Amino acid sequence: MAPQSIYPDKTGAMRVGIPRSLLYYKYLPFWKTFLSELGLEVETSPLTNKQILSWGVEIAENELCVPVKAFYGHCMALRGKVDALFVPRVVSVEEREYTCPKFLGLPDMVAAVADRLELPPLLTPKLNQREKPSEFRWQLINFAREEFGLGRIEAVAALDSARRAQKQYQDGLVGGRTPLDLLPASRLNRPRWKAPAERRKRIGLLGHPYNIYDGYITQNLIARLEEMGADLVVPEMTDHHVLMQAATDVPKQLYWSYEKEIMGAVNYWTENKMVDGVIYVLAFACGPDSLVQVLIEHRARMHKVPLMSLTIDEHSGEAGLVTRIEAFTDMLMRKKTAAEAVA
Amino acid sequence: MGHLHWMMDDLFERLGVEYVKPPQSSTKTLTIGAKHSPEFACLPLKINVGNYIEALDAGADTLIMAGGHGPCRFGYYGIVEQRILLDLGYEFNFVMLEPFNDGKWAFYKTFEKLSPGLSIRKLWKVLKASFAKGRAFDYIHKRSLQVRAYEINKGDTSRAVREAEQVLTGARTLEEIESAALESLAIIDAVEQDPDRDVLKVGIVGEFFLLLEPFSNFGLEEILGHMGVYLERTVWVTDWIAPKRDNKVYGYPKKLVEEKAAPYLNHNVGGEGRETIGGIVLMAERGFDGVIQLLPFGCMPENIATSIIPKVQQDHDIPVLTLAFDEQTGRAGMVTRVEAFLDLLEARRGSKLAAAARA
Repeated sequence: MAPQSIYPDKTGAMRVGIPRSLLYYKYLPFWKTFLSELGLEVETSPLTNKQILSWGVEIAENELCVPVKAFYGHCMALRGKVDALFVPRVVSVEEREYTCPKFLGLPDMVAAVADRLELPPLLTPKLNQREKPSEFRWQLINFAREEFGLGRIEAVAALDSARRAQKQYQDGLVGGRTPLDLLPASRLNRPRWKAPAERRKRIGLLGHPYNIYDGYITQNLIARLEEMGADLVVPEMTDHHVLMQAATDVPKQLYWSYEKEIMGAVNYWTENKMVDGVIYVLAFACGPDSLVQVLIEHRARMHKVPLMSLTIDEHSGEAGLVTRIEAFTDMLMRKKTAAEAVA
Repeated sequence: MGHLHWMMDDLFERLGVEYVKPPQSSTKTLTIGAKHSPEFACLPLKINVGNYIEALDAGADTLIMAGGHGPCRFGYYGIVEQRILLDLGYEFNFVMLEPFNDGKWAFYKTFEKLSPGLSIRKLWKVLKASFAKGRAFDYIHKRSLQVRAYEINKGDTSRAVREAEQVLTGARTLEEIESAALESLAIIDAVEQDPDRDVLKVGIVGEFFLLLEPFSNFGLEEILGHMGVYLERTVWVTDWIAPKRDNKVYGYPKKLVEEKAAPYLNHNVGGEGRETIGGIVLMAERGFDGVIQLLPFGCMPENIATSIIPKVQQDHDIPVLTLAFDEQTGRAGMVTRVEAFLDLLEARRGSKLAAAARA
């Protein structure tokens, strides 16, 4: 379906902006396809930069985590460029589970500052499949019909192509590529050189996609690790269901889906000896991570896998980060050499 | 925690469960808890871990923790606390008490485990009586928040509350509890008062634990009461555990509070996020001078509310003071901020009166 104007008084299609933050890294292909199939022009905000983050820090409540602050900044970056901002309320993506409370309140948090900052109007479909799996399909079809007056058949078609795009994206991830490779223009920096084969080690990079793939927030962590000879293993490389299954070894199931995935990843990696060490990136004041951290660190200790928790916020210094990851990779190297010497 | 221990004492006594009462939360509790808890966990978890360690050291062999289904962190406290304590080398049984609405059979089974041979009928009777008692404690504390603002001799109300609590503790049957409740309310009302005093009306909203546990907020309610401030609070323990959520003690059913919050926060965000917003709107509509929001540092639902409060403040013209607490918070700093806030409210009231006189 060719993009066409749904607002006849406007020239060209309505432009809708997707902030390059938070769930962008998980669902961009889905949302982008869905919205463009509805006849909208989709625009994303640029990579996080100094200006975006300082907007975020200025606007946001100071106890919020840095990715949410960045989200405010990305909304600002789209101001004046689009006719509407796409800020879905992602309540739940798995049966009987939730995402983070901050995703539940996100549209309201942005709406509370929208007038003051003259942000464009918000599009906030609610996605909730806590009660029933696949409920989100009806929620999106209704959103398309109510908001844009589409027929049911067209809405279903848009949803189908969106799901195909998302499936393709997830297959790519499981095939070993990262969101940085698959999402348009995501890399801040490429590694400048590659470490020789004898200096290579497998490092599991654990954390929320919106932290680890945002090169600005994490001070280019991925490129730096690659330069230091890390073969990165990330949770996205493993099938979602496998991760969820691996996270079920606790007396009470976690009710945060994204943290469950992270916990599943560390369980899966340690069980299958897939990594020499784990770097766990968590945002300062991240609620769910602050608790799950206890379980993850216990797991790593139990399997004698070195784990470094790296807390990031908007004040993180580059030098501190480099020193810590250098020390960690050196330690892994020494451990590896010692093990080889014994063998 | 807070006034919950009165109800739990009663409940365990009725069930015939032998229980260890950990010492009241103290700075020592918090120091132990903070030492063993993850750095960014919220304050209630740290106090909780401290309580458990003190209880285990006092000889407890079974720990009970309330559960929940998120998205607030509270529902997962139990598992994390269990892990922390196991890693410290303690040995104990751990019981998670999940909410009644999440599974009635599991709820019964949890109690049956604690008190073998307990029938559903007996459990229902016991819960009903203990709940009635808990509700009576809530009512007397609610009354004390209002009476304290008018008391003539400083400290009379707090003394009356302690006296009333003693009266209630002895009550066993439902009839006894009812008459004890009336008697204890009369004790509080009997405090010598100055009804003509011009008091500030301030609402307290925010997170459950911070509102309920005087240790965690340095006894803010008493401090404010002694400054002559009429208080109302949105969260009460029996309102919170009652499956119906009609908020009998607070006086405004959950549904109404949510309706009031809807223009600003139109979805459950866990914890008391929505109740905080709705509570502020309700208090503004009822002519309160100001609202104080209490939250543990990093509390997710309350931080969402805090992000939205500036808009509510603007629309409803009501000042809100947000106080975040963690293990580093000092009493003096809090009191200074509260005093400054009250001065602001006084000044606002003065200028409003002056404007009215001019008109």
